[in-house]
Amino acid sequence: MDTTVATIDRTVFHLEEEHGHAEGGSTMLGFWIYLMSDCLIFAVLFATYGVLGGNYAAGPAPKDLFELPLVALNTAMLLFSSITYGFAMLAMQEGRRAATQAWLAVTGLFGLAFLGIELYEFAHLIHIGATPQRSAFLSSFFTLVGTHGLHVTFGIVWLVTLMVQVARHGLIPANRRRLMCLSMFWHFLDVIWIGVFTFVYLMGMLR
Amino acid sequence: MSDHPATQSLLFGRLTLDALPLHEPILVATFAVVALGGIALLALLTRYRLWGYLWTEWFTSVDHKRIGIMYMVLGLVMLLRGFADAIMMRLQQAMAFGGSEGYLNAHHYDQIFTAHGVIMIFFVAMPLVTGLMNYVVPLQIGARDVSFPFLNNFSFWMTAGGAAVVMMSLFVGEFARTGWLAYPPLSGIAYSPDPGVDYYIWALQVAGVGTLLSGVNLVCTIVKMRAPGMAMMKMPIFTWTALCTNVLIVAAFPVLTAVLALLSLDRYLGTNFFTNDFGGNPMMYVNLIWIWGHPEVYILILPAFGIFSEVASTFSGKRLFGYSSMVYATVVITILSYLVWLHHFFTMGSGASVNSFFGITTMIISIPTGAKIFNWLFTMYRGRIRFELPMMWTVAFMLIFVIGGMTGVLLAVPPADFVLHNSLFLVAHFHNVIIGGVLFGLFAGLNYWFPKAFGFRLDPFWGKMSFWFWVLGFFFAFMPLYVLGLMGVTRRLRVFDDPSLQIWFVIAGFGAVLILLGIVAMLVQIFVSIRRREALRDPTGDPWDGRTLEWATASPPPAYNFAFTPVVHDGDAWWDMKRRGYQRPTEGFRPIHMPRNTGAGVVLAGLSTVLAVALVWYIWWLAALCFAGLIATAIIHSFNYHRDFHIPVDEVVAAEDARTRLLAARS
Repeated sequence: MDTTVATIDRTVFHLEEEHGHAEGGSTMLGFWIYLMSDCLIFAVLFATYGVLGGNYAAGPAPKDLFELPLVALNTAMLLFSSITYGFAMLAMQEGRRAATQAWLAVTGLFGLAFLGIELYEFAHLIHIGATPQRSAFLSSFFTLVGTHGLHVTFGIVWLVTLMVQVARHGLIPANRRRLMCLSMFWHFLDVIWIGVFTFVYLMGMLR
Repeated sequence: MSDHPATQSLLFGRLTLDALPLHEPILVATFAVVALGGIALLALLTRYRLWGYLWTEWFTSVDHKRIGIMYMVLGLVMLLRGFADAIMMRLQQAMAFGGSEGYLNAHHYDQIFTAHGVIMIFFVAMPLVTGLMNYVVPLQIGARDVSFPFLNNFSFWMTAGGAAVVMMSLFVGEFARTGWLAYPPLSGIAYSPDPGVDYYIWALQVAGVGTLLSGVNLVCTIVKMRAPGMAMMKMPIFTWTALCTNVLIVAAFPVLTAVLALLSLDRYLGTNFFTNDFGGNPMMYVNLIWIWGHPEVYILILPAFGIFSEVASTFSGKRLFGYSSMVYATVVITILSYLVWLHHFFTMGSGASVNSFFGITTMIISIPTGAKIFNWLFTMYRGRIRFELPMMWTVAFMLIFVIGGMTGVLLAVPPADFVLHNSLFLVAHFHNVIIGGVLFGLFAGLNYWFPKAFGFRLDPFWGKMSFWFWVLGFFFAFMPLYVLGLMGVTRRLRVFDDPSLQIWFVIAGFGAVLILLGIVAMLVQIFVSIRRREALRDPTGDPWDGRTLEWATASPPPAYNFAFTPVVHDGDAWWDMKRRGYQRPTEGFRPIHMPRNTGAGVVLAGLSTVLAVALVWYIWWLAALCFAGLIATAIIHSFNYHRDFHIPVDEVVAAEDARTRLLAARS
């Protein structure tokens, strides 16, 4: 923008042509900024877990509760879903609609598998009495992991919506932009999960 | 969870007829007045068939100017409510001596001081600041609208929805009795089982979504939509402060959202984040809420600094002194605002080193702020100062804000804070900076940009009446509180024993009456100005001999703001254009690409508001219904791909020719 103006005559005070702020030109930046604000919500939840995570109130501690093989499987589901979303974006770049849809569907299935395993873990914990009400540690654990899970749920709803929209209108620029946004959202959730896996589960086993 | 009343019904949750405050004569009378006024307003709107006009032209509008005006109206209406709370407290405190209980019982009084703080910050200061930024920033940067016009409309209605939830608590149930930040464990379910804190939580959550999204929107707008040639260091200073404020909004409001969500989990699900037992830690809440809360005060004051900068420069007829130092000072304040939160609770007992760190960072903030004061003074120095209303507010600000700043530095000294913590000295300090800084800035901005928005100036006589009542009222109302605070009187007290204190409260009450006259004079000013609009009309679009781009277009600006995108060569772009013989183009117009109005924002915010009320009253079926409705509406809205249109070239030509004739008739 500035480089073009440097060459413009100092006596030109307006553009003759309609100035091109392309439609959706700010969307990527806007969504990126939104993601950073969402990241701060997770930062608060991590900080809360960091402060309250050792307050077991004579209840169970991470070592008594977490099953690392299950969490490893869960992590794998989410990581695979990020890879397959990447394949969907590659297919989108090449304009291959069917392949895009297929990879999106696979991504959604991995997402559902992740949620299923997480819900199983939560149900198991609640069943053995490790409920969110039991101690501040469990309150902050369920809230941090559950908030991530809620995000994944919304991501899947969004993914299905986008699949319908791609089926209806094809890979038009508006849909490509939306897929890019969901892509950022999905990978962002992956990054958050790596934080959860490390700080909550792995470090929890060391405590 | 366990001590929820047994009287919950499936249909209405815990909402029963007992929730109506029929036993409080003050509230019944207030309700009667509000209801009659509301019915009269609705009748007038229906009589003059204004509903369709309001819906298509305003409520569903995605035009940043109309949204900005709606924000301002919301803020001014809520100012009346917040001030009513204030003057009731002043009256109570002036009366309740020598065995008198005053006229407010504790239950009611505690709600009033909570509501006063919440309303003044979230529903007066925030809408007024956001409204001004919304109106002015796109014009100052030569843009057609904001980056996300639909989101802008949605944000406004979320803010309005939050305000509606707070107002509802006045007549259905009750508001929180916890103070404006709802510290646990008092705000936990064990000590506040009633719906007051839930009203507080959900009102702020609904409004907070709106604030956050408008923050994202304005950051994007400023970064992406500037006119060609407007490099960052050529942006008008108000746009700079708006950028920093919106960065702060994006970086601070998620913390508020998260901490209120944790509090609601404690209240609704029985978790133990901030409880006294099972490992909960109430001080975690206090830390988190001030990590939002301190940036929040800079979110409010930075745009006010921007307004004062524009006003000082315009009415001194000079370029702003030290533009780049002003920008750096603003950025430094933005960063430092994150490093001082702990000074709100030095008495937590975090130890000498931690308290020293936060005391020192707090004192450092006074350096960039002081630099700004000197910049304004040097801008005025040897300028041709015109003492119009915006300039009067600016000068009053410089006098009053310096006092507030210095008492702030006093409070930043931890040992002094141990004495003054929670006292009326603190109350006097923050009213000193918020009234003298934020509010006076908003009044300066209101008088400054009103002619841009409506095409005529505000009446100067009533404006001056309002100015003097406000300024004198401020000194009478708050200087006594400094004295009382130094004598050890703590805040939020309802009755007093020591009769020697009464005179100070009476003086403060007198000050509140003066401020009341100031508010009345301001309403009269707006009313008189509308009546005399032909005499006050400004046909030029540039009534103050302005310096920035918003004065380059018509007043009020057309929907598209600028027929041609301006090209910027100088920091004071419009001043530069005027000096170098700019000729306004009168032909060659083209159709203009604009976003289309939509009602989706109103529907989404309406559903969120009902959802909030349903959650307050445990009406689970309604909450589930609203939530499902929200998701469905959002998805359906995303299937609408036709969000823009072109203003036909005939309309552009007609609007621009009308302005050409107006300018010709004048010369």
